[in-house]
Amino acid sequence: MAYDKFTILKSSAVPMPIENVDTDQIIPARFLKATERAGFGDNLFRDWRYETDGTPKKDFVLNNPIYSGKILVGGKNFGSGSSREHAAWAIYDYGFRCVVSSFFADIFKNNSLNVGLLPVQVSPEFLDKIFTAIEANPKAEIEVNLEAQTITITATGESESFAINSYKKLNMMNGYDDIDYLQAMKDEIKQFAEKSLY
Amino acid sequence: MSNKPATLFDKVWDSHVVRKIEDGPDVFFIDRHFIHEVTSPVAFLGMEKRGLKVMFADKTFATADHNTPTINQHLPVKDPLSANQLKALETNSNKYGISHWGLGNPKNGIVHVVGPENGITLPGMTIVCGDSHTSTHGAFGAIAFGIGTSEVEMVLSSQCIMQPKPKKMRINVTGKLGKGITPKDVTLYIISRLTAAGATGYFVEYAGEVFENMSMEGRMTVCNMSIEMGARGGIIAPDETTYNYIKGRDKAPKGEAWDKALAYWKTLKTDAGATFDQEYTFDAADIEPMITYGTNPGMGMGITKHIPAALAGDSKSSYEKSLQYMGFQEEEAMIGKKVDYVFIGSCTNGRIEDFRAFASIVKGRKKADHVTAWIVPGSHIVEQQIKEEGILDILTEAGFQLRQPGCSACLAMNDDKVPAGKYAVSTSNRNFEGRQGPGSRTMLASPLVAAAAAVTGVVTDPRELIA
Repeated sequence: MAYDKFTILKSSAVPMPIENVDTDQIIPARFLKATERAGFGDNLFRDWRYETDGTPKKDFVLNNPIYSGKILVGGKNFGSGSSREHAAWAIYDYGFRCVVSSFFADIFKNNSLNVGLLPVQVSPEFLDKIFTAIEANPKAEIEVNLEAQTITITATGESESFAINSYKKLNMMNGYDDIDYLQAMKDEIKQFAEKSLY
Repeated sequence: MSNKPATLFDKVWDSHVVRKIEDGPDVFFIDRHFIHEVTSPVAFLGMEKRGLKVMFADKTFATADHNTPTINQHLPVKDPLSANQLKALETNSNKYGISHWGLGNPKNGIVHVVGPENGITLPGMTIVCGDSHTSTHGAFGAIAFGIGTSEVEMVLSSQCIMQPKPKKMRINVTGKLGKGITPKDVTLYIISRLTAAGATGYFVEYAGEVFENMSMEGRMTVCNMSIEMGARGGIIAPDETTYNYIKGRDKAPKGEAWDKALAYWKTLKTDAGATFDQEYTFDAADIEPMITYGTNPGMGMGITKHIPAALAGDSKSSYEKSLQYMGFQEEEAMIGKKVDYVFIGSCTNGRIEDFRAFASIVKGRKKADHVTAWIVPGSHIVEQQIKEEGILDILTEAGFQLRQPGCSACLAMNDDKVPAGKYAVSTSNRNFEGRQGPGSRTMLASPLVAAAAAVTGVVTDPRELIA
């Protein structure tokens, strides 16, 4: 599935200073019944965002109009639990293009990279700085520069670099995915398979 | 191949790398791929949009489990969305010639139960599935882990995924387990020590006397829960216990193929002198029956202990949020807390040994009146064993009902949902907020602890009920 190319993202951010945000919170299992990839953003953080009767919970950050933007900033161990790619789809479909945390669960990180959602891992100190900046100004702009691999708080100029392997970086910048890559090496895979024990 | 000492994990991983990408992931070959109804439909759709075909249909196996009812499976599935997903799995499997064990098929059951019990899972394999508990299959000395739907599409269309090689961790548990201490307690203990993110970025090898003496069912329980401390997977070196479990199973190698496979399997162990990026050693004597009190699997403790005042590594606010959700207080005891629901089943504890353990406590006792119990076998084969071994009679006598196989209340995609505010002792793998139904409160534990709760109606140390 094609996704938007990622180069430089300048946006305000939505703060979620909660640790261990698991994929069941991002999208509860009962919303995984679709056979197409559409509409998952509506149920993003469903049980934190809505009462059981569907009324929005006022104190939840996505329901607070002062916060908006294409960057979601979460506490450490973001995306733990289930391998459901629906979690990354839901975040992307809602309109986010980047998730920032001091620590990501592995499968969530892979899934995000595969669907065009950039996971940016920062130090715990820098994460605090981002939360502080948003607290001071809910519209504080954050700049994520994929090519330079930097994340910057525009108002203060504070910046940190983040890691991403050059293969994935190139994919994200061009909107390519792994399926394209693998299709181009089918003969090599076929030869490998012939030697395989199983 | 060099003669440098290698870990079991290195041996299996390195032999499956088709291509190494500089400053990128490995192109990683997959021997066995399991699919189920929830995470596969979009992958098939994606392939169709690109005009791709399944590369090796005989390396993928489909079973319906996540979304299936656990009663009246002979009737049409009531929820139209669930029915649609089940239908999509069947249609896609048939279209591409993938073996499909749908609802009602005698081989149907939870993917991580039916793979091993049919001899599909073998040592030295690489195994993936769009489900994080694929780590279960590591019990056989396979590299097995959960993947996302994009990766499901990759495996279907090219039999490979692109993976950075994880770091290596070894966890040793030495000594002997005490009375009433099960593999579930071992894994909940390890996770409570390492935290829910303590093994993120690692693949874990379990070693030491406790695992050497463990049954295959027990090893599967331990490897299953590896993801709950963030690990990509867990692996245990195959040995006589492994070979004996596999021998004679439906799809296991036979005759000459068996001899050839066995010779290979015997090489699958960590060499002396091989190094790990991280290593922990625990003593079996320190492990009690475990129970969780919070909203991630790292929040577990010995059942006789008191809820701690804080959790190392987590902020006070996240910790308090978690206890508040559970309705628990710091420093409280867990023993004696009222239990409304008991669930035994799931890919963690839905195998025959788990039901034997449950029955050992239930035998001659009665289910507590206020407890709703869901007894859900992991597969039809397990269900059959429950009947043949007389376990069903014990359960019926005690006032329990046996349901039909599926993931059930572990993730509550079907009707098996714990109501808001209610407490469940569950043998499953996740105590996340709302995991067993919106507002549900889950306490993870072993089948013995679940049985003790089911007959007493409160959190109870099962050792008090063991003759």
